[in-house]
Amino acid sequence: MMEAMHFSAIAVEIAIAVLMLIVLLLDLLMKRVGRRILLAYVTELGLVAILWLTVSIYPTDGSIQSFYQGIYSVDAYSIFFKLLFLLGMIFTVFYAAGYVERMVKNAGEFYALLLSALLGMCVLASANDIITLFVGLELMTISFYILVAIQTENPFSTEAGLKYLIFGSGATGALLYGMSLVYGMTGSVFFAEIARSQGLFLGLGIAGMVLMLSGFFFKLSVIPFHLWAPDVYEGAPAPVTALLAMSSKAAGIAILMRVIFAAFPWAASMWVQILAIFACVSMIGGNIMAFRQTNIKRMLAYSSIAQAGYMMCAMAAASATGLRSVLFYATIYLFANIAAFVTVSYLEDQRGGADLYNVRGLAHHSLLPAGFLMVGLLTMAGIPPTGGFIGKFYIFTAAVDAGLLWLAAVGFVVSMMSVYYYLIVIREMFRDPEEGEVMNEHRLRLPFAATVTGLVAVFFALVLGIWAQPLSFLADLTIFQSL
Amino acid sequence: MISFPILSVILLTPLVAGAIIAVLPKRFHETMRQVAALAMIIVLLLVLFLYVDYDTAAGGMQYTEYIPWIADLGVAYSLGIDGISLPLLLLSSAVGLASVFSSWHIEHRTKEYFVLLLILIAGVSGAFLARDLFLFLLLTEMVVVPAYIMVLIWGSSERIPKSEAAMKMTIFLLVGSAFMLVGVILLYVYAFPDGARTFDVTALSMSSVSGNIPYGVQVIAFLLLLVGFGSHLSMFPFHIWSPDGYSAAPTAVSMINAGVLKKIGGYALIRIGFFILPFGAKFWAPVIALLATINVVYASYVALAQKDIKYMISYSSVSHMGYVLLGLAALNVVSVTGAVAYMVAHGIMIALFFSQVGYVYDKTDARSTDDLWGLAHYMPYITTGFMLAGLCALGLPGLIGFIPEFTIFVGSFSQFPVLTVISVFGIIFTAFYVLRMLAKVLFGKRIEKFEGIKDERHADVVPLAVLGVFLVGFGVFPSLLMDTINSGVAPLSPLFDLVKDAPMISLFQGVDIWGGIPK
Repeated sequence: MMEAMHFSAIAVEIAIAVLMLIVLLLDLLMKRVGRRILLAYVTELGLVAILWLTVSIYPTDGSIQSFYQGIYSVDAYSIFFKLLFLLGMIFTVFYAAGYVERMVKNAGEFYALLLSALLGMCVLASANDIITLFVGLELMTISFYILVAIQTENPFSTEAGLKYLIFGSGATGALLYGMSLVYGMTGSVFFAEIARSQGLFLGLGIAGMVLMLSGFFFKLSVIPFHLWAPDVYEGAPAPVTALLAMSSKAAGIAILMRVIFAAFPWAASMWVQILAIFACVSMIGGNIMAFRQTNIKRMLAYSSIAQAGYMMCAMAAASATGLRSVLFYATIYLFANIAAFVTVSYLEDQRGGADLYNVRGLAHHSLLPAGFLMVGLLTMAGIPPTGGFIGKFYIFTAAVDAGLLWLAAVGFVVSMMSVYYYLIVIREMFRDPEEGEVMNEHRLRLPFAATVTGLVAVFFALVLGIWAQPLSFLADLTIFQSL
Repeated sequence: MISFPILSVILLTPLVAGAIIAVLPKRFHETMRQVAALAMIIVLLLVLFLYVDYDTAAGGMQYTEYIPWIADLGVAYSLGIDGISLPLLLLSSAVGLASVFSSWHIEHRTKEYFVLLLILIAGVSGAFLARDLFLFLLLTEMVVVPAYIMVLIWGSSERIPKSEAAMKMTIFLLVGSAFMLVGVILLYVYAFPDGARTFDVTALSMSSVSGNIPYGVQVIAFLLLLVGFGSHLSMFPFHIWSPDGYSAAPTAVSMINAGVLKKIGGYALIRIGFFILPFGAKFWAPVIALLATINVVYASYVALAQKDIKYMISYSSVSHMGYVLLGLAALNVVSVTGAVAYMVAHGIMIALFFSQVGYVYDKTDARSTDDLWGLAHYMPYITTGFMLAGLCALGLPGLIGFIPEFTIFVGSFSQFPVLTVISVFGIIFTAFYVLRMLAKVLFGKRIEKFEGIKDERHADVVPLAVLGVFLVGFGVFPSLLMDTINSGVAPLSPLFDLVKDAPMISLFQGVDIWGGIPK
């Protein structure tokens, strides 16, 4: 008997799609160029309403709504991630409005594409079979290809978009091939049925699993699938880079965790090893390669490789505490990125880029932007009293608990070494000019919205470091309900 | 009953003062200083009250405060002091007060300076107050970045650029704490099953004594802690950050880092290492003793060759930490009491030394023994300060350093006779370089350059007065210090008995130089 279709379950996705169409339509109807800030307001208000809607459907009783007989599941886990994506997008649209006004010609498409990327992420978080997974992933990725290249007059942006497209297509191919092998060996596209099938453990099934994992690793820019990240992060407009670092990565993590725990649970002995090794390589490699960078966006690209490594450590623990710590850390990382990218975006806007010499002496005259960047970086580094410290503590405790002492040791040591390159940025902002050295004495002016966003992000990054209870409780509840 | 949360007040007063300074308008330099000084005076008075009021007969943790904090990790905001932490708390508040007054003439970016300094002071004092391991880690890590920024802005580049020295210090401390974090997580995970876990040091210690932490885990965890706290304590070979770091740092940061931050390493080895991992401590004791001896001999040998007085003091402090490590390695109540007392003594002494050198450097722009001559002709206060600190460094009876040093040797001789004897000879080196420096810098011939140079006055004298009182007071009445510490170390006695016959690592198989005195 056919189960009824609960359209209420996908209300969030429908709302995002509608909002996207409204933005596109408004853009067409608005004749005068240069009043595109209105689009930002509409997007922002729409997103806030959708956030409220999403919060209201968070199931406190552990119920799981589903659509299309379980291929689209709206459980606590997916809603947690949807909230994360929405928060990231709301903050980004809010602080970046001024940036988009000046730096992006076609603002209408920009906001519409942001929303379609968001839609893709939300679909991805709820995907419970490999077809939905693929649709969500491609919707997100293709939107990002265009977003990266949206500054058409900027050759770096175009180059970054092309690079992302070419590498991304290769990864998509690998993922698709892996999915077809898994489907061939197990005879099902549903995660739950894949998990029950014996075919997964035959040669081709294993090959399919490995290919799928490498497709996800590309999204997470895990070494050795990271080659696209530095160029794309550097060339993309700064707000898009921020989204790539926090939301796109969180979406990759959401689906990776869903796949390994829902579709491949009995193959844990295999992927635990794989995840642990790749996590280790990413943590070490990402941090080491970041040492010599002089461009902050590029440095953050390498740093984000390492961050993916930290989160994979907790996944490799393959336990509820591990999953919970990933949710916790992904949230902290979101606030860290927003705090840092508020400043980076307006550096790009007003000083032409985010190189080290652009931030030189920033703390002397623009203490607020310098403070945002500093707190953002220290949160990524995991220095108390920021939330990054507790986040790392959760992650590595889960790893030690699962018997991965070596991984935790490597993780802690390289994360402390990583402070080196974060401190270089902080040094440039705070130090006094050397003799004969001229520093840029122009204040970095942040629009009001950007200042507010920065303050909110810094507030959360610090408060979650001192009072982690609410977030850890929510992460706990989410994992508890979804297992 | 809710009593007055005196420990929280001690922890938070500097932070509140920092917040007040942060909102003051930029030009109010005088007010900023006064706020900082007032905060530290309050803290010191409160700690002195505690010191008098603490019940040594009862012992144990007193004035405890407890608020649950992160439930699922078992973290609590939990404070308390016992006979080990109380003297160290006294040290940190005295040095904190002195360091504020040593910074009285900072005119460049005053506001940031005092905010960062007060965070630094709160962090290092808080480490001695914390009864919860997580809180302890959080506070010790929190101070690293403010210290970095302070060295970067207000430091001095003599031998290597200050940015390099600051980075070296920061990365060494942080990578050290990475090892320590792994060690802590390891013992935390083993001590209790998931769901019942806690970071409470007393609970962890009890769990360990009842055998929940397996022997192998104790050995590994202690090694990780030793690397972590060893780099805080500037244990050989993790000491290389400290001479550069201290020499490049502004006076106040040198005082706090060398005087207090370093002692956190030794304190944590006792509080975490001995109380929670006694078998691990026993296993690695010979290594600690050997490294301690290398610290003493090697660093004082290097100090002999230093002309820059700040480098000389820094190396002397590395060498003196060898005594502390030796006292810890012997694992008996006498030697550990001596080690704690020596940490207090050394903290007071080194802070006084750095504050005096800092003042001279401010006035003369020189700190090399090549350039400084005959300061006693013009600067009686500075001379007093140098003499007190220098003579304390070489262990003159009647000053604070003598009795603790002696106690360490008494305690450790039974365990490591050869190494103790070698370490005692380190004193000769110390005497040599200290006396040579004092003779020339203070009592050398008058030179024209320094005619009319101003001695310390008003605020500048405060560090000398505050630290000098403790230096002489505890020297003349050592029981004031030793009794308190003894009440804190005594609970370790059953643990030491427990591990008396536990295996130790053997460094030179067949050569029994580690054994006790032949019976």
